[in-house]
Amino acid sequence: MSYNIFKIIREGLRGNKGWKKTWRNPNIKKKYDVIIIGGGGHGLATAFYLAKEFNIKNIAVLEKNWIGGGNVGRNTTIIRSNYLLNENEAFYEFSLRLWESLEKQINYNAMVSQRGVLNIFHSDAQKDSFIRRGNSMIINGADAELYDVNKIKSIYPFLDYENSRFPIKGGLYQKRGGTVRHDAVAWGYAHAADKLGVDIIQNCEVNNFKFKSGACLGVETNKGFIKANKVGCAVAGSTSLLLSKADMTLPIESHVLQAFVSESIKPIIPGVITFGAGHFYISQSDKGGLVFGGDIDGYNSYAQRGNLDTLEDVCESGLALMPTISKARLLRMWGGIMDMSMDGSPIIDKTHIKGLYMNAGWCYGGFKATPASGWCFAHLIAKNYSHSLSENFKLDRFKNGYMIDEKGQGAQPNLH
Amino acid sequence: MIINHPLLGPRDLNEFIYYGDASLLKRPKWDDKNAEDKFYKYLYLRKNIAGIHKELWFHQQGDRSWLVVTRNTKNHEIIKVELATEVVKGLDKQYEQNK
Repeated sequence: MSYNIFKIIREGLRGNKGWKKTWRNPNIKKKYDVIIIGGGGHGLATAFYLAKEFNIKNIAVLEKNWIGGGNVGRNTTIIRSNYLLNENEAFYEFSLRLWESLEKQINYNAMVSQRGVLNIFHSDAQKDSFIRRGNSMIINGADAELYDVNKIKSIYPFLDYENSRFPIKGGLYQKRGGTVRHDAVAWGYAHAADKLGVDIIQNCEVNNFKFKSGACLGVETNKGFIKANKVGCAVAGSTSLLLSKADMTLPIESHVLQAFVSESIKPIIPGVITFGAGHFYISQSDKGGLVFGGDIDGYNSYAQRGNLDTLEDVCESGLALMPTISKARLLRMWGGIMDMSMDGSPIIDKTHIKGLYMNAGWCYGGFKATPASGWCFAHLIAKNYSHSLSENFKLDRFKNGYMIDEKGQGAQPNLH
Repeated sequence: MIINHPLLGPRDLNEFIYYGDASLLKRPKWDDKNAEDKFYKYLYLRKNIAGIHKELWFHQQGDRSWLVVTRNTKNHEIIKVELATEVVKGLDKQYEQNK
């Protein structure tokens, strides 16, 4: 099924009774050319680009729960490409460009909204480092503007500019950044991949791999053995668990990241704002809820929920930046399991087993990376060598000393 | 989460700083034959267990002691809390015995 304005009008007049399922519920074949484990954003995007750009048709995506129930439905929906290091910036800028054309590609309204991302700074030293980052963005073809206080005041008059501890000195603005409806990304990629013949199998959990003489023959699932020429893992926080079946120990810790939504209020925040003196980011959804988040809780966790002290910390940061939201009541909160890597950057690579590929280590930057991650992972699986934009995201960089450590924190996953 | 400190009793989570897997207590010897490989594994690789996990916590806002906490990473239930110094003494003993 494809979506267009005439269908919307027709269905509007007919009580919306003629819509068909967005994707099929296919029977599992005995054998696939490629199996992608994980029906999140990255897995579905990988399957879509494999089918569309790399002309592989016999593909299955195996999801242990339902599509979009993991991290792709558990984030703060921000897209941006404002990194310092070239390895990251070039990749995320490619991702942002894919976001810009995404809806046409997948024929699905993902509500891509380039409403602008503003990173606020609070000191002269921070201003210098933000200018440096902005220059790096521009060098890599992204957009970046330096905003002074007056310009910020014209958009966000209610911020606490005279805060005695953290006065606002300006901001780094990326106009092309913004938000995307996160669930619709999963549904849209599933819709588009399905249309190209990809089998999306829900409630199908992979328990083990089958190996023979150093090659992967397929996967053991709760619905039986499925044969495959190539298997790609895109399972975020569960990567260490899944790849331990292939005797791999990874430079990854799984941590819980919480996100929060307030009750709906009238529109006050037109874009995305980040606080420079703590870790806090906020935007307002089209329904009116303030969507915000901060740091990960900071300890290993596979529970999709966190503790209250992180909530307190995030809210304190928020109120330091914009005291006006103090009256807004919290409506919902949730946690997702992040695959925090040792340098804060992702891993898109082959493994020591022939035909087994991994895509992990997204820390809490996974959502904005979805299209580029899918594209580069599809390239790797189809051609058996890395895409030029992901060739630095190799697993052996930790052994060879080529870490991509955006913040310079060292091997301390809860600080990235 | 409340961490039941062996000396100070139950203390709130936000008094502590998390440092990671307690395997970090077993630092490789610098003059080991495979020191390079061992330090790579020590510094970067983690078992990342889903379930019972031994981990290091630092009581920064309290008595500044290091603790080894045994905790279930699936539901955050804390099973055991020990002083890291005591655990290290045990490790040293093991090391001497294996020598």
